[in-house]
Amino acid sequence: MMRWRISAWVAALVVLLLLAVPLYASLAPEPYALTFVSRVLVFALAAISLNLILGYGGMVSFGHALYMGLGAYAVGLLAQHGVTSGWVQLGVTVVVCALVGAVTGAISLRTTGVAFVMITLAFAQMFYYLFVSLKQYGGDDGLSISARSDFGIFTLASPIALYYTALALVLAALFVMKRLVDARFGMVLRGCRINERRMQAMGFPTLRYKLSAYVISSVLCGVAGLLYANLTGYTSPAYMAWTVSGELIVMVVLGGMGTVFGPLVGSLVLLISEEILKALTDRWMMILGPLIVLVVLTARRGVYGYLLDWDGYRERRRLLKDARSAEGRP
Amino acid sequence: MTAMLKINTLVKGYGGLLATDHVSLELAPGELHAIIGPNGAGKTTLIGQLGGEVAPDSGMIEFDGHDITSLAPARRALRGLARSYQITSVFPEFSVLENVCLAMQAHCGHSFGFWKPMLTQTELVEPALRAIGQAGLSYRATTPVSELAHGDRRQLELAMVLVAKPKLLLLDEPMAGMSHQESGKVVQLLQGLKGRYTMLLVEHDMDAVFALADRISVLVYGRIIASGTPQEIRANEDVRTAYLGDEVLPI
Amino acid sequence: MSFSLFCIQMLNGLQLGVLLFMLSAGLTLVLGIMNFVNLAHGSLYMMGAYFAAAAYARSDSFLIAALVGVVGSAALGFAVERIVAARLYARDHLDQVLATFGLILFFNELARTIWGATPYYMNVPQALSGTIDLLGVSYSTYRLAIIVVGLLVALGCYLLINKTKVGMLIRAGSSNPTIVAALGVNIKMLNAAIFALGAALAGLAGLMSGPILSVQPGMGEPMLITAMIVIIIGGIGSVRGAFYSALIVGVIDTAGRAFLPLLLREFLDRSTAQAAGPALASLLIFVFMAAVLALKPQGLFPVKNQ
Repeated sequence: MMRWRISAWVAALVVLLLLAVPLYASLAPEPYALTFVSRVLVFALAAISLNLILGYGGMVSFGHALYMGLGAYAVGLLAQHGVTSGWVQLGVTVVVCALVGAVTGAISLRTTGVAFVMITLAFAQMFYYLFVSLKQYGGDDGLSISARSDFGIFTLASPIALYYTALALVLAALFVMKRLVDARFGMVLRGCRINERRMQAMGFPTLRYKLSAYVISSVLCGVAGLLYANLTGYTSPAYMAWTVSGELIVMVVLGGMGTVFGPLVGSLVLLISEEILKALTDRWMMILGPLIVLVVLTARRGVYGYLLDWDGYRERRRLLKDARSAEGRP
Repeated sequence: MTAMLKINTLVKGYGGLLATDHVSLELAPGELHAIIGPNGAGKTTLIGQLGGEVAPDSGMIEFDGHDITSLAPARRALRGLARSYQITSVFPEFSVLENVCLAMQAHCGHSFGFWKPMLTQTELVEPALRAIGQAGLSYRATTPVSELAHGDRRQLELAMVLVAKPKLLLLDEPMAGMSHQESGKVVQLLQGLKGRYTMLLVEHDMDAVFALADRISVLVYGRIIASGTPQEIRANEDVRTAYLGDEVLPI
Repeated sequence: MSFSLFCIQMLNGLQLGVLLFMLSAGLTLVLGIMNFVNLAHGSLYMMGAYFAAAAYARSDSFLIAALVGVVGSAALGFAVERIVAARLYARDHLDQVLATFGLILFFNELARTIWGATPYYMNVPQALSGTIDLLGVSYSTYRLAIIVVGLLVALGCYLLINKTKVGMLIRAGSSNPTIVAALGVNIKMLNAAIFALGAALAGLAGLMSGPILSVQPGMGEPMLITAMIVIIIGGIGSVRGAFYSALIVGVIDTAGRAFLPLLLREFLDRSTAQAAGPALASLLIFVFMAAVLALKPQGLFPVKNQ
């Protein structure tokens, strides 16, 4: 019998279901399912990017929504000026997010711990105010995007194209993360999270690796923002608000910090929970708030983290059983 | 023969207290030099300044002919100055092998590898397995460190320090918290390293110190009150006075 | 640009500064002593404003409203500390960030439920309405009152921290929390008291800013972020640092918003200056924070740690 790990089964099932969503949406018909799961995927991409620096690198950034906002505004501003080529918008997103990430990262990483949390929060807020003050681009009200990103062979105006693009990016990101965390770069990052002082004493110039991770994370999050603007047809300073940054952290922790698949699970669980709560009451944030507090107090490993733990436990029990039966004793 | 390590009138004060009071010391290559002293003598502060985590107020540290006084810890490590910690600072989430490979990785080029798993890189794994063997942990190579006993973790600390063949080992109480049997294994290990490695050993375990050291310096209230061969130290009156009630020197 | 305008803006900067100080003092104390990052501090500011506004509407006495606001936020702070915060002192900052984030969501929605989403307007108390003449400059009496109260609070904090036994414990706890616990002090009560004190100050800041800004859900967070900038610049755990940097940040922000657009109009054409002015002005304190960090990552008045 194939003794597969439960966590692997769950991951495979989730991916299979995700592949089938557009089919369900057109057959049911339930177009909202497509929009909703697209949103899950976009936020999953952002959460995956945050997981790199938070879950693996131990850098608690409370300003990561900034990069989603930058990606969204790249689309919005360029579209406003008639540039609808997805490739150009993507290029701008990558360059802008890399620059902003490099500069804010370099400043923020001069500090650690609480100061880092506060500084990342402050920088995100700074850009929030900046975009609010850009009255010619909608300011506080935001900017609507009439023309979606055109990538030549496909355009994100089609909900199905958007969905599969998002899914492809999520799967690609998950695959890259899986390789990265066991490679040299990933091991250094993980080591920095556990004991940075020791890493330095061993000879690692830790700053360059943390900063690199931060920049990679910013760029990936920016791409999520690009998709998000296409999904909603809209961009606004609210996309980079501190509340969104907080939600991203919740997704990472809820799904399973420092696991590859966790962020996708986290996005799924959080957004589904929000939908359920919204259906129950208008005051759903009054329930979500304490729920988050409860999760923090009790369930730190996250959904996927617990699945992995359970697999580890089952594996050890199996090894013990095998050892006992090899000895010929009950 | 130039000294491997030269400390010249090092001073470090905290508030009104001098934790390091004009300390001068020289280590010849291959020498095992032990620093002993009562609690609060400033041994950890001294090691901290040698490792680079604590900046001295004045004085100079010369390592292998170069002035490293203002060099960051990572740069010192890359020059061959390896440090082990009094409070075990290994990586509990990783396996023994991963810990030692990581220690090797710092000396093996850059770490901007995003694809190839660390554990498949022979330039890391081979030296790691050798160091693990030296430390007597071969049978536990794939065990997560969180499952290791205290004594084995201290062995791991040593393996991590040795893997990149450093020029100087700073050993901060390697036998802390060990049983008699466990510290015996460490003493054996260090004996095997004598001559090939230069070692500065801070320890409380007097049996180990007198068994291993070529020379001993005694640190009291931040000052070195005596420095010499084990026999000289044993016979030294000031040393006996300083230790009265604290430790008993083996006769 | 007239002398009168300059003076008014400087005074406004001072007024914002003392409000920021009151908000930051509690935040930096709790951070420095209990190593607890309390994002919900802005919610305490907001709730203080709401308690006072509700009491003011009912009693028509600003004094009673202020009392209700301060006592209410102190009590709320005490409750938050006992129920949530105390369980998280030993945990890492990520847990604290998440938990207090959850609290923010809860309190904002609570305020929306009880008092509605539309801003609640508080009138300036009759006794303090109008203007007062300061050296030929006509300044709002109420704002001057804020400055006076703020400076008195700062003086009170100075006396408390430097001249009392409790203050000594606070200073000791700031640089070495474990020793204070080892001294046999009832650390639980001390922590709760410090937290409640910080909450009271936050509530006071909230209720005083009520008549100037408006009382609405979510009013706490922008101020909280500015307060964070203040304590980063001042040095975490340092109340003295919070005081000076609060005043500096208050003046930079106010003067920047008032004068930068005017300055830009000298160099750029009207429409660009019109657009760029407010945008750049809102960035000033962040740029200042970045500059301070580049030179002194520990802040301008760091608490020395052993």
